[in-house]
Amino acid sequence: MQDAVLAMLAKEPSHGYGLRARLRQSLGPLGESMNPGQIYVTLARLEKAGLVVSERADGLPERPDRKIYALTPAGQQRVAAWLAEVGWPKPDLAEFHLKLVAASAARLADPVELVGAQRRELLRRLREAQHAILAEAAESKAVLLLEGVVLRLQADLRWLEACEQAWSRGADAFDRAWGEGEAGAQGGAKARGGAAAWDGVEGRFKAGGGRGDDRVEGV
Amino acid sequence: MSESSAVIQVRGLVKEHGQGESRVRAVDEVDLEVPQGEMLAVMGPSGCGKSTLLHLLGGLERPTRGEVWVAGRRIDGLSERALARLRRRSVGFVFQAFHLVEELSAAENVELPALLAGGSPRQARRRAGVLLERVGLAARARHLPSQLSGGQRQRVAIARALVNEPLVVLADEPTGNLDSAASLEVLRIFEELRAAGQTLVIVTHDERVAAGADRLISMRDGMFVDDTRLAGATPRGLGDLLNLDG
Repeated sequence: MQDAVLAMLAKEPSHGYGLRARLRQSLGPLGESMNPGQIYVTLARLEKAGLVVSERADGLPERPDRKIYALTPAGQQRVAAWLAEVGWPKPDLAEFHLKLVAASAARLADPVELVGAQRRELLRRLREAQHAILAEAAESKAVLLLEGVVLRLQADLRWLEACEQAWSRGADAFDRAWGEGEAGAQGGAKARGGAAAWDGVEGRFKAGGGRGDDRVEGV
Repeated sequence: MSESSAVIQVRGLVKEHGQGESRVRAVDEVDLEVPQGEMLAVMGPSGCGKSTLLHLLGGLERPTRGEVWVAGRRIDGLSERALARLRRRSVGFVFQAFHLVEELSAAENVELPALLAGGSPRQARRRAGVLLERVGLAARARHLPSQLSGGQRQRVAIARALVNEPLVVLADEPTGNLDSAASLEVLRIFEELRAAGQTLVIVTHDERVAAGADRLISMRDGMFVDDTRLAGATPRGLGDLLNLDG
């Protein structure tokens, strides 16, 4: 956010509220979560770092929303460096992947169910983003940003599809290994106990926690 | 069963293809109700039986076992002739490959089912004009399908599916042959139909089409493995889709 605010100041010195309006316009409906004070917090940090200077407009009281902000030479350098920078925002897939591995290993939850819940959540988000696209004017730049969000969600949904298929197969293999491995003299009882415990966990899982609300009754 | 408000009802539906050893169950004991005004999407891997299900719902194929009711009328035992009439009057079909008549103009393609159902030429022409306007193709009414882009052809096909004011529109991979811009045009039309209370069942691989539906069923090996209501969930807020801190 700091870099984006700096880069917007490169056009001309500006009031905080002018910057905020330009940011909101560029982000479209996705900018709705930006809180009004955030721009001043960011500007204060930039000023402290020597990247911007502020000047009070004549005859007005000393308040942040009356100040005009401008880039310092250091700020201009930082903007140039930011524009030249090539980055790739890393997707956070490891956490969910490890959740599935851990849930399955400890038999805490069915990974296929976890994938299903995640999928429903992403589909609802995709639905929201899509409705926002249809509601925006075709020439709005914010549509491009929404399109990017939609493509990301689609990629995530395809990955979840692959997870679902792999874990559907994996769970069967796991059950077989469990049954055979523990089928010795004393192991049988342990395996049966484990299976009973799993049934209990599954029962609680299905009964609790809003998951049932997602389902349409009767199927 | 016939007293329910559901446009489509299905009970214990089974469809098997092939004989003896090579017999496969494409649809395996499926129950389903599609209420009036619902947009339902069905997703699943290739070969999961979703297209077969759609064909059974629209009377294009007959089930091996089970019941299919459309608008309170049981259709699985109807004669070929009665089925053809049902498909013409009560069901609108949209296919992946459009299936327009290449020798006819866009407007004539849309008029055709209205004429086949016994409508007057004047009525058919007026209705086609309204529908082509609705899908944004009024200016292309005289074009042949070969003179239209894929997205435009699919919009003509949607107009055609609507010409007899069907109780339900059944669509099989409607965006399967389209690029993302053309898909968005089709999505926009589906969203308008949904808002206008049209009942729709759409079989799709396209997450964007599925996300636009009120309800999503996932199919695997001929069975429903998930049935989720997407509409009416608490909105997360669009700002939640981006990280704007710092």
